[in-house]
Amino acid sequence: MSVPRFWRNLGSRYNLEGTHCKECGEYYYPPRDTCVNCRRLGKIEAYKFKGTGEVVTFTVIHTAAEGFEEQTPYALAIIKLDEGPCLTSQIVGDPEKVHIGLRVRSVFRKLGSDGERGMIYYGTKFIPDEA
Amino acid sequence: MRDVAIIGVKNTKYGELWDRSLRQLVVEAGIGAIEDAGVSGKDIDALYVGNMSGGRFIDQEHIGALIADYSGLSRNLHVPATRVEAACASGGLALRQAIMTVASGYGDIVIAAGAEKMTDVCSSEASTALAAAADREWEGMAGATFPGLYAMIARLHMHKYGTTSEQLAEVAVKNHSNGVHNPIAQYRNKITVEQVLSSIMVADPLHIFDCSPITDGASAVVLAPAEIAHKYTDTPIYIKATAQASDTIALHDRRDITTLDATVVAARRAYEMAKVGPKDIDLVEVHDCFTIAEICAIEDLGFAEKGKGGLVTAEGETAIGGRIPVNTSGGLKACGHPVGATGIKQAAEIVTQLRGEAGGRQVDGAEYGMTHNVGGSGATAAIHIFSRNR
Repeated sequence: MSVPRFWRNLGSRYNLEGTHCKECGEYYYPPRDTCVNCRRLGKIEAYKFKGTGEVVTFTVIHTAAEGFEEQTPYALAIIKLDEGPCLTSQIVGDPEKVHIGLRVRSVFRKLGSDGERGMIYYGTKFIPDEA
Repeated sequence: MRDVAIIGVKNTKYGELWDRSLRQLVVEAGIGAIEDAGVSGKDIDALYVGNMSGGRFIDQEHIGALIADYSGLSRNLHVPATRVEAACASGGLALRQAIMTVASGYGDIVIAAGAEKMTDVCSSEASTALAAAADREWEGMAGATFPGLYAMIARLHMHKYGTTSEQLAEVAVKNHSNGVHNPIAQYRNKITVEQVLSSIMVADPLHIFDCSPITDGASAVVLAPAEIAHKYTDTPIYIKATAQASDTIALHDRRDITTLDATVVAARRAYEMAKVGPKDIDLVEVHDCFTIAEICAIEDLGFAEKGKGGLVTAEGETAIGGRIPVNTSGGLKACGHPVGATGIKQAAEIVTQLRGEAGGRQVDGAEYGMTHNVGGSGATAAIHIFSRNR
């Protein structure tokens, strides 16, 4: 991925910054500039998510996407944040311990890199929230 | 709007065709379809071609012009040619564009083709190209693969409805069994549930035999207004409905992860347009890019109760001779999945069946057939209904 393409979303990738529509109350992560419900009449503002949520579904990837080969097997999940929206992210740790309904919280981690000499990408992953 | 009929069809062989280029494949399919229809190049008013990713697979864009040129339709005839892209639903949308062109009266004889040349890149590059059908920034960057997305659908389907890995495997077993009787199919060998379950895990719970393969191939159909279709063929097959619907690009934004709402809505539109229901359909080609996708498809199209797709498959209801034969061609799983071509191949299969020319895989007495073509993890669905009778 090109540097500007990644850089322009750093706030969202590092800090779980999404958006919120003041008109209908829906939260968006990944961020949307146009509300799905209110469309151009929505009132969108920035919103930083708490980073806690629950596993809706998951898989353990054995054949990785390009750039993720060294991480296999890794758990990939759809996580429902407590504010409402769902996102796709990896669950760090033992994939065997992931299950539907698992409570998770966000952590800052390396996502991948463009080869050995390329840019390293950092962003948000999730870990079990066993507090 | 005018009624539209299909008067000619042709598929190339589907498979790993190292010695054939994209242009050779699509010209073979196009000329075959034209010969099947008995039309001449100078009769053709327009050409549409479904192609997902010429840019990624063969470093070639401007596929419409390329294909018109090498089909001999450019330098003298200057036939307008348009490439249509909607990931794996590119073919279904190319067919829909061609139907709308004939129905509207903008053209009479119109070609709908689909083609993909996937084996000129290595499999990891092909997987990356295919992953572009999902949300690159918010699914791909997290490490999602296409099998991974469908695996998450499968996991939740199992959790909610009790669907089993054995039931998923039955989809692959049935489609391989159908592929044995299809001369163009990439795989013409039977497999067993045990083989599926012991094949390598790609994205848990999906094994490699739950996944459709990487395939080269092309397909083409020729359309004409229904009122003149009998001039060209004794067995025109009529388009009774063309429907399309969209949903969120990312799987995580769907209303229900185990339901493809684009399929549900496009099916409702198609049934209304054709004035038929699921019980009237005699056979269907569905988008089984993964085994779980066929299970969701037969539920979302109304052929099985939600959650019972795996059960009815295991009970043989979707086999040839069953209540609703699904994927007589072998489906994407056994016939192969050259992504841009699949939607056209599905239509060619239904036409072949409704003409009664499907040989060992023939569904006897079929009157209504349906095709279901999906882009990505369900962001686009294209559904067509065909009939022997106008």
